Amino acid sequence: MHDAYKMFLGPVHPALEEPIFFDFKIVGEKVIATNLKPGNAHRGIEALGMKRNPIQVLYLSERICGICSVSHASTFSRAVEAAAGIEVPERADYIRTIFCELERLHSHILWAGLLAHEIGFHSVLHYGMKVREDVMDLLEYLSGNRVNYGVYVIGGVRRDIPKEKHEKIRQSIKYYNAAFEKFKDVFLNDKTIRMRTEGVGVLTKNDALKLCAVGPTARGSGLNKDTRQDWSYLAYGDIGVKAQLPSQVTGKINGDVLDRTIVRLLEIKQSAEIIERCIDQMPKGSLVSEPKAAVILSRLKNAEGEGIARTEAPRGELHHYVRLAKKEVVDTWKAKAPTYNNLMAVPVMMKDAQIADIPVIICSIDPCIACLDRVSIIEGNSGKSMNKYDLHELCLRKSEMFGKIERGHQ
Amino acid sequence: MTKNPDAQEIVKRLSDKFKGKVKDIREDKHAHGKKKNSTLAYWLTMDRSVFKDAVAEICGLNYPFLSVISGRDTGNEIELIYHFYVNYGGKLQEQGINLCVFLPKSKPELPTITDLIPGALLSEREKQEMLGVDIQGISKERAFLPEKHPEGNYPWRKEENA
Repeated sequence: MHDAYKMFLGPVHPALEEPIFFDFKIVGEKVIATNLKPGNAHRGIEALGMKRNPIQVLYLSERICGICSVSHASTFSRAVEAAAGIEVPERADYIRTIFCELERLHSHILWAGLLAHEIGFHSVLHYGMKVREDVMDLLEYLSGNRVNYGVYVIGGVRRDIPKEKHEKIRQSIKYYNAAFEKFKDVFLNDKTIRMRTEGVGVLTKNDALKLCAVGPTARGSGLNKDTRQDWSYLAYGDIGVKAQLPSQVTGKINGDVLDRTIVRLLEIKQSAEIIERCIDQMPKGSLVSEPKAAVILSRLKNAEGEGIARTEAPRGELHHYVRLAKKEVVDTWKAKAPTYNNLMAVPVMMKDAQIADIPVIICSIDPCIACLDRVSIIEGNSGKSMNKYDLHELCLRKSEMFGKIERGHQ
Repeated sequence: MTKNPDAQEIVKRLSDKFKGKVKDIREDKHAHGKKKNSTLAYWLTMDRSVFKDAVAEICGLNYPFLSVISGRDTGNEIELIYHFYVNYGGKLQEQGINLCVFLPKSKPELPTITDLIPGALLSEREKQEMLGVDIQGISKERAFLPEKHPEGNYPWRKEENA
């Protein structure tokens, strides 16, 4: 019998895409217990949001995460619209949906590449990166940007998707249907991938339920749960979405890394279908409830109420709570990202896993630490914690410095 | 097969069982898309003396999904909002129950619900650190803030030094 020893992973480690600290108790090569500590990528976003008006916060929310940026903008704007009683035109709901699904496409493909990377299958990582470029290009074509699209405004969308742009979207859909077949072949039939994912990192349906798991992590364990299916928002209620479960492919549910992979692969195809249906069924009409931003801002400043909104982001359910209290700034803002829920499932998945499986299991929940760590305190070199006033002071000093540089150039 | 009680039924049972301890019940609906399919969520405020019993009642009636706990500083009190959802798994069948509870700043204590819903842990710990709420029955170790962050300073409080 070996003695138990401790092994630390992170907060910065090549096997982790983002900083988070894991503390494992190991016997031999087997994980006996897992503890984790987030909080290494804190930026103070919610606290900053409660010092700005809702229109400013919309763009801040888009910067919570670089992968699911539109999901945060979508959720925040709908929470504000719910709090202020602002109705969104139908056409805007459809355009918003297209952006959300394009985001899911590139997120899931990126994830598939990263899983292959954790396994050591680098040709699939490179294939994933290559395939992902098409949707990034499409997002740039539609919005002008590859990461933060700036398409959402309170009460609608900034940019239309006119008919002449539909052809390029249809080409992409065709491209992704073909890519889906290739991904499916690689991830389901490759012996090495199966050996590294089948029976690894198991999360039972009951554990997923009790630990409030969301997204592909929950569906991979057999929870029939998808916000697009269950809750009416954007155009999803019109389109009709069915939660994708691994049993559709294998006839059973194991709740392992392979099942979570299958769910994401099925969702690549499903997203392509949803985008196509949105184009086919897109109603005519305006893009915004009110074209003048100043009018919207004035309405928001005088609004009083609270609103919640939810989005099925690529990693699972996003939830924003917003309270407006007849003042310039947002009174309360709480943004919850899917990793917030799914991280709780990691210690359960790790039980009895091998050390070599740790990166694969962590990757299988598609963690986003930037989303999880929103509210923060930044430590300076002195080790002193910085509060919002310190940060504001630093901001002013930096602006002053840039001003001096600019004046020096003139 | 017996149908699980929906949000309306659960709210009714809570208000019957905890008479006088439940207030400000309201319905919240929002329509989206061409077909104007609507969401349905209930908001209600529970007295903190029966809060945990109310959560246990919901769990017994229709085990909910707890999305997150929101919180805010109202001045003299801390408000926590538990965002529960029931009836997922069918087309647009899911409904929300937003359970609000007010805690005086002089004694901001509330029992943990992790024995009923283990997934509540991270959200409860965040409220301890950010709002200075004492969730009884869980670790007081910091999960979000740096260890050197001053004791008694809570970033989501509206006080000047927060």
